[in-house]
Amino acid sequence: MIFSPLTPMEVDALLLSLKVAFWAVLCSLPLGIALAWVLSRLDFPGKSLLDGLLHLPLVLPPVVIGYLLLVGLGRNGVIGKVLYEQFGISIAFTWKGAVAASAVMAFPLLVRAVRLSMETVDKRLEMAARTLGAGPGRVFFTITLPLSIPGVVTGMVLAFARSLGEFGATITFVSNIPGRTQTLPLALYTMTQTPDGEAAALRLCIIAVLIALLALIGSNWLEKRLARHRG
Amino acid sequence: MRVQLQRRQGTFFIDVVFQSDEDGITALFGPSGAGKSSIINMVAGLQRPDAGSVFIRGRCLFDSTRGVNLPPEKRNVGYVFQEGLLFPHLSVRGNLLYGRGREQSGGEGVDFDQVIALLGIAHLLSRKPETLSGGEKQRVAFGRAVLSNPDVLLMDEPLASLDEARKTEMLPFIKELNARFNIPILYVSHSLEEILALTGKVIKLADGRIVS
Repeated sequence: MIFSPLTPMEVDALLLSLKVAFWAVLCSLPLGIALAWVLSRLDFPGKSLLDGLLHLPLVLPPVVIGYLLLVGLGRNGVIGKVLYEQFGISIAFTWKGAVAASAVMAFPLLVRAVRLSMETVDKRLEMAARTLGAGPGRVFFTITLPLSIPGVVTGMVLAFARSLGEFGATITFVSNIPGRTQTLPLALYTMTQTPDGEAAALRLCIIAVLIALLALIGSNWLEKRLARHRG
Repeated sequence: MRVQLQRRQGTFFIDVVFQSDEDGITALFGPSGAGKSSIINMVAGLQRPDAGSVFIRGRCLFDSTRGVNLPPEKRNVGYVFQEGLLFPHLSVRGNLLYGRGREQSGGEGVDFDQVIALLGIAHLLSRKPETLSGGEKQRVAFGRAVLSNPDVLLMDEPLASLDEARKTEMLPFIKELNARFNIPILYVSHSLEEILALTGKVIKLADGRIVS
């Protein structure tokens, strides 16, 4: 039983989890990098407030984030209503909603990693680039960003892992619909609530551990490759 | 080049007026803390003066009375930093070509092959900066600044991180760059020996003011 092939439900949950985590990282990456740059390079009134807001998902119960998403992006939510009525887009109770929930929860980790890396980039290198005729945009794309790649990779791995593990915000915002929003952690939770579900829960647990291990090995390999590439 | 600058930094006050020739090497000499680096940073646009003006080849880069303050990338000044500041993720060639996109303000552009031949760095082109010796790094930094076709080259203690023997080796390169490519150089140093080997035009600085 433990080592039999994956059931359709497990396959669905696994693929959905990977899909959600992939899109969550991809969608939050541009904004995360932009925000990391703003926080590491600019000084402005309200910076600590922005920094605080950014870290909220890290300290609030995930259910609160899920609830806020529902209030904001749900079909009757402040933004969600406009989206639905004007464009017919609704993300509540779909996998896209799960992406939104994961992206928000993982966002602070992503920004933090990128920001730390950007702060270690010597600002005088940026000055040198400017004396060579590069405007702020070119400096960012040719100097700051390439030198922050280690932080970007770390941030992506952290955000991916956080997304795979997302539970509270997801179940609150998009519920637990098999095949649509039931990611691995939600499926595992369902199994723990089902009579005689222990074996299935154990299998899901093993799958989760294996993915986490693979992701860690993958990121280690990537980091080594990057280190070698940079000489 | 006509420079007139005032800037308060805490209790320290910089107040200088000087002119330098359109060619040749002009040296800014003074003990550390005299405000030399601040002055060329202000010329390059990396620090903002409280008041004053900067003109290079008749072009206004900064003028507080007219509200002109060009950003560093529009000033057409080459800057050689004390630490070289080569881009660590680019090859030597990538570093040298970084400033090549800049349009020229008259005259022909500086020729790439001539510069690398003069500086003796042709064999280093595919190397990464971290594999270079101190002298090699600084030669690449010279090349990078010259190849950006600047109207003036600013050098902030470019030899300070090298040992004595290397320093003496580097001086001819600086003279040669100036003579061959007709780029005026504003050279900052606290070493009179170094300066006298390069030029007779010396502006002496102490406590943020010109003393002679």
